Amino acid sequence: MSNSVPLTLHVPEPGCRPGDTPDFSGFEVPVAGETRRPDPLTAPEDIRDLAFSIVRVLDDDGEAKGPWAGTFEKEALLDGLRHMMTLRTFDDRMLRAQRQGKTSFYMQHLGEEAVACAFRLALRDGDMHFPTYRQAGLLIAGGYPLTTMMNQIYSNAADPIKGRQMPIFYSAKDHGFFSLSGNLGTQFVQAVGWGMASAISGDTKIAAAWIGDGSTAETDFHSAMVFASTYKAPVILNIVNNQWAISTFQGIARGNATTFAARGHGFGIPAIRVDGNDYLAVHAVARWAAERARSGHGSTLIEHVTYRSGGHSTSDDPSAYRAKEEGHSWPLGDPIERLKAHLISIDAWSDDRHKQAEAEIQDEVRFAQKEAEANGTLISGPAPSPRDMFEDVYAEMPPHLRAQRQEAGF
Amino acid sequence: MAQLTMIEAIQNAHDLAMERDDRVVVYGEDVGYFGGVFRCTAGLQQKYGTSRCFDAPINESGLIGTGIGMAAYGLRPVVEIQFADYMYPAYDQIVSEAARLRHRSAGDFTCPMVIRMPTGGGIYGGQTHSQSPEALFTHVAGLKVVVPSNPQDAKGLLCAAIEDPDPVIILEPKRLYNGPFDGHHDRPVVPWKKHELGEVDDAYYTTEIGKAAIRREGQDVTVLAYGTMVHVALTAAEETEVDAEIIDLRSLIPLDLEMIEASVKKTGRCVVLHEATKTSGFGAELSAQVQEACFYHLEAPIIRVTGWDTPYPHAQEWDYFPGPARVGAALKSVMKED
Repeated sequence: MSNSVPLTLHVPEPGCRPGDTPDFSGFEVPVAGETRRPDPLTAPEDIRDLAFSIVRVLDDDGEAKGPWAGTFEKEALLDGLRHMMTLRTFDDRMLRAQRQGKTSFYMQHLGEEAVACAFRLALRDGDMHFPTYRQAGLLIAGGYPLTTMMNQIYSNAADPIKGRQMPIFYSAKDHGFFSLSGNLGTQFVQAVGWGMASAISGDTKIAAAWIGDGSTAETDFHSAMVFASTYKAPVILNIVNNQWAISTFQGIARGNATTFAARGHGFGIPAIRVDGNDYLAVHAVARWAAERARSGHGSTLIEHVTYRSGGHSTSDDPSAYRAKEEGHSWPLGDPIERLKAHLISIDAWSDDRHKQAEAEIQDEVRFAQKEAEANGTLISGPAPSPRDMFEDVYAEMPPHLRAQRQEAGF
Repeated sequence: MAQLTMIEAIQNAHDLAMERDDRVVVYGEDVGYFGGVFRCTAGLQQKYGTSRCFDAPINESGLIGTGIGMAAYGLRPVVEIQFADYMYPAYDQIVSEAARLRHRSAGDFTCPMVIRMPTGGGIYGGQTHSQSPEALFTHVAGLKVVVPSNPQDAKGLLCAAIEDPDPVIILEPKRLYNGPFDGHHDRPVVPWKKHELGEVDDAYYTTEIGKAAIRREGQDVTVLAYGTMVHVALTAAEETEVDAEIIDLRSLIPLDLEMIEASVKKTGRCVVLHEATKTSGFGAELSAQVQEACFYHLEAPIIRVTGWDTPYPHAQEWDYFPGPARVGAALKSVMKED
């Protein structure tokens, strides 16, 4: 009789939908400074607990606590704050530009600024990132010109990729930023190949792979884990868990059974969760993983626990599927506010200086925008030449493309 | 000069390319220690070490995905997909990533990668070891697609593909690995050892990608073929005594339209052959290109002789395969005066 009960399909649901009161009481937030910091060369089986905890450095009062603290000098932290503020201001300007019709599309980083900005500073020039569409912080923290980013967003005459890709699909090899793809997860395994190539060549460079919580369900995530584990590839495998894949909550990609980080264990890849809204913690964990990779100990899986405070993109309205107040209830706070509080607590910063910095950054971004718009916008032009469309399909244009270009009149 | 099988010629191409260029790395399923299920990479790991020729997990998207990363780094990966039929999990990586990387980054990143895959039927491989998926690649902007029909070209095209700055797909007709199979499955196999195209130069050389070759000159009908079908066409011409000009395309993308056009304008007739299924096959493209370029020179409709639009069968393999009888009938049919 035990098998006579009709079966039902289990479909996970988020705890909170529009109209509900957000409730994160089931979300365990470890006390800052309490998660242990093992030696980076510790065997994966001895640090399994790190896949279920969350490394946090900054506490609620902005104090840096515990064994993961202290990877930064004061001056570098001021730079870090500035990078995050610049990214947020940049996002704000570009969202407005999109609404003004100057470009077709934009994706912002609101609430997730610490992840890429802090991570970038833990890697070196020459290392290669294989980012998703929400890691522009890598460019900004790496000193890539804002104007060039905007040229790409506007698909204007100075767009380095000649208007061929949607806005924010940057490519910047010299800045360690691999060309973006809109097919999710594909680049996770490419990063592993890049790391393998560095090892094959006896190089000292490492790669960083990036993927979102939703895309870990892709087969390429599995492929990357298999290859990374088999060849001990020098690559840091980053999952940015911002809780939402467009309208789909993270539980759809993993069930509500475990953490994303825990996926590393089946592959023997050490896995660690970090407070993605804690600039200091992200940097410390990235540095720990980079040390492992650079010393020939292979890959590390990092789950950055954060929250996508804005919409998925300018084509998305999150109020249709999640409670408006959910972001305010998010227990890990805002990355900029938290770093600012820390800097104030160590007497390196003040509210006045913060306001002044905001004004400076506004000017800087506005200036970059003016400069970019002088090269054109998607609507006003000047645009890249239609002739460019036929270039770079191959290194050398084959006869059939030459004929088609001629037919098109270019 | 040595008499080599196609397998030996491919192995030799790998060997010479690895010797002259440290950036060449070779990997795939069973490719390392064992040297490949068809032996095309035999001895390479022993000679060049495990970091330049190695076994890979059974994971085609991972094979191609890692290859793209390696190529972007600056290596020259040569990846073997064990059977073309196993390619599908890697299709996204090939189409959305390898093929478009140069274009989407405006040359900031490139993908000089070679993907080899044994293709075609004739070995009782059923529907999962016999397919000819070339049209799934020729439809993709950014890929080059080549199909050798003999040991000489197999070596030259592989060397050229490894030097090429863009991704190249090499479809190796596995039924040709050991001899110039002409479709007469009930007759003894002729080995490459006795064939003039089995004579392979010992030195490194390349065969230009994009250039076809005339395998038989003729006046009455142009036959467009590649891979195994080149040999079937030669036999069919001999058996029917139709004076066919047989063009071995060698490269599907880029296509040597110049040679095709000159031949069809001379003969006024055209028969297109392939083993793959008919509908939306590469033969449809060939047929369209020929009529666009040569319509007023044609004296008969273009005929396609291809595999049927069914999955590749096991027991009925020789009813499926477009052998010399079907090809011969097509040659006679285009020659009919009425």
